[in-house]
Amino acid sequence: MITTSSLPLSDRLLGLALRLCGLLAALVLGGIVVVLLVRALPFLINEGAGIWQSTWQPGQGEYGMAPMIAGSLFVSVLALVLAAPVAVLLAAWLRYFAPRLRRPVLAGVELMAGIPSVVYGLWGMLVLVPWINQWVPPGASWLAGSLVLALMIVPLALLVTDAALGQLPLRYQRAGEALALSRVGMLRRVLLPRAAPGIVGGVVLQFGRALGETMAVLMVCGNVVQWPDSVFAPVRTLTANIALEMAYATGDHRVALFASGLLLIAVTGLLLMASWRLRGVSHG
Amino acid sequence: MADRMAWLTGWVLLALVMVPVALMVMALWQQSADVLSMGFLLEDPGRAGRSGGIAALLISTGWILALCLLVAVPVGLGCALYLSESLPADSRRAQWLGGVLDMLAAVPSIVYGLFGYQFFAITLGLGFSILSGALALSLMVLPLMIRSAEQAMRAVPMGYRQARDALALSRWGWVRRILLPCAAPGIAVGIILSAGRALAETAVLLFTAGYVLRRPDSLFDSGRTLSVHIYDLAMNVPGGMPRAAATAVVLVALLVVLNLLVRRVLRQPMTEALV
Repeated sequence: MITTSSLPLSDRLLGLALRLCGLLAALVLGGIVVVLLVRALPFLINEGAGIWQSTWQPGQGEYGMAPMIAGSLFVSVLALVLAAPVAVLLAAWLRYFAPRLRRPVLAGVELMAGIPSVVYGLWGMLVLVPWINQWVPPGASWLAGSLVLALMIVPLALLVTDAALGQLPLRYQRAGEALALSRVGMLRRVLLPRAAPGIVGGVVLQFGRALGETMAVLMVCGNVVQWPDSVFAPVRTLTANIALEMAYATGDHRVALFASGLLLIAVTGLLLMASWRLRGVSHG
Repeated sequence: MADRMAWLTGWVLLALVMVPVALMVMALWQQSADVLSMGFLLEDPGRAGRSGGIAALLISTGWILALCLLVAVPVGLGCALYLSESLPADSRRAQWLGGVLDMLAAVPSIVYGLFGYQFFAITLGLGFSILSGALALSLMVLPLMIRSAEQAMRAVPMGYRQARDALALSRWGWVRRILLPCAAPGIAVGIILSAGRALAETAVLLFTAGYVLRRPDSLFDSGRTLSVHIYDLAMNVPGGMPRAAATAVVLVALLVVLNLLVRRVLRQPMTEALV
């Protein structure tokens, strides 16, 4: 600290430049929130209560988003219900029952995590939707969206679970072996409960990702604004609505879309904080 | 007995994940078999994408990717240096900045699209252009870039830092001559991962870079990326499916190459940066 003033100029410039970069990252987040707020706030003050209504008729000035909020939640919840058990159990199985498979499967799963969501959506349109259509038309539905999302969530949920299990101290396993516990009993009674906060924290984060996912859901859900009466009914999510209508929306209609973006940020932010809590991460 | 059940369950679960992926590869391959050829890469698209290839899109994609990295890499490196060199890992400010980065990583991509549209296209007057798209995209990949570079820098051994202090090296000299070369493989991985994320992204670009199919004349022209092309052909162009699938095959092939590159650089799975 005493020598600060005698640092060479290049060092002082470097320090300044780095500080600016750090500031910029914070500014981006602030900027996103501010821009959305500035666009959406007047609308929210005037019509804020209206967005919780059920009728979405932008032409008539009715901006009820409730069915789409429900659509987003339904599609994501079902996806999570399908994906989380598969991912958690598979990760545990790979680590404790089939360690030789673990490396190759994780490598494959990392590859899956990198596949673009449009490609998952395309697969949904090519294979899944026609298949569900044979069963119960029309095919493009809540179920199709959840299945595609589930396939997208599994890789990351699996990697998170694997990391959480990897952080458990090895002595648990050793103690279990010394006591001749069965591996299943060990996993169920000791290892999974121990790693549960990390696993649940990671899964909550995946829920946020599912809510924010746009392209895959847009391509397979059918995009009808309605309360779905079964898993085979088409739904429209908030994100799909933004992607579909932003191109031609004007005036209040466009502002309503910004308001739904704000809602998405708020919800994913809350989920992130819940995830921090669960994983015991502190952020000042 | 229970352990044998566990074996069975494990294989069933593995099949549950792997069979759909195999089906996906097969479906894409079948749809695109008639279209995919060298000419597909070299021709410009015609009739809204129903005929021809994807040459113009490869050009737009290349420009957007290059510009995105041109912004994200220097800023990302700067921020990572700030986190790893100027702040102790447990300091209040480092944790706060880490929280901001986690938040940025959690913001849905469609929201980056909304922000990019409002800020770059409208407020800054860049319109639907390659520039707006690349800038919005660079913001989206920034957290990934920063986190992986920071990890690489923090992994530089403590002894080097002690030697630096003992020798009273200048900060700038330390960063340029020792830290960056030592962390280079990890930084390269960060850049490749960011490029992969950028290539995969669609929602950010829908209303920033736009849909225009022809070759861009300048950076202020609208340009369509491969991922946007897949979406548009599949959803809005009747008869576009074979070429959507062929474009998807090209895009996935590119991403697989990037993934192999990461493995090459790291020689171990890069689990944490992805999560």
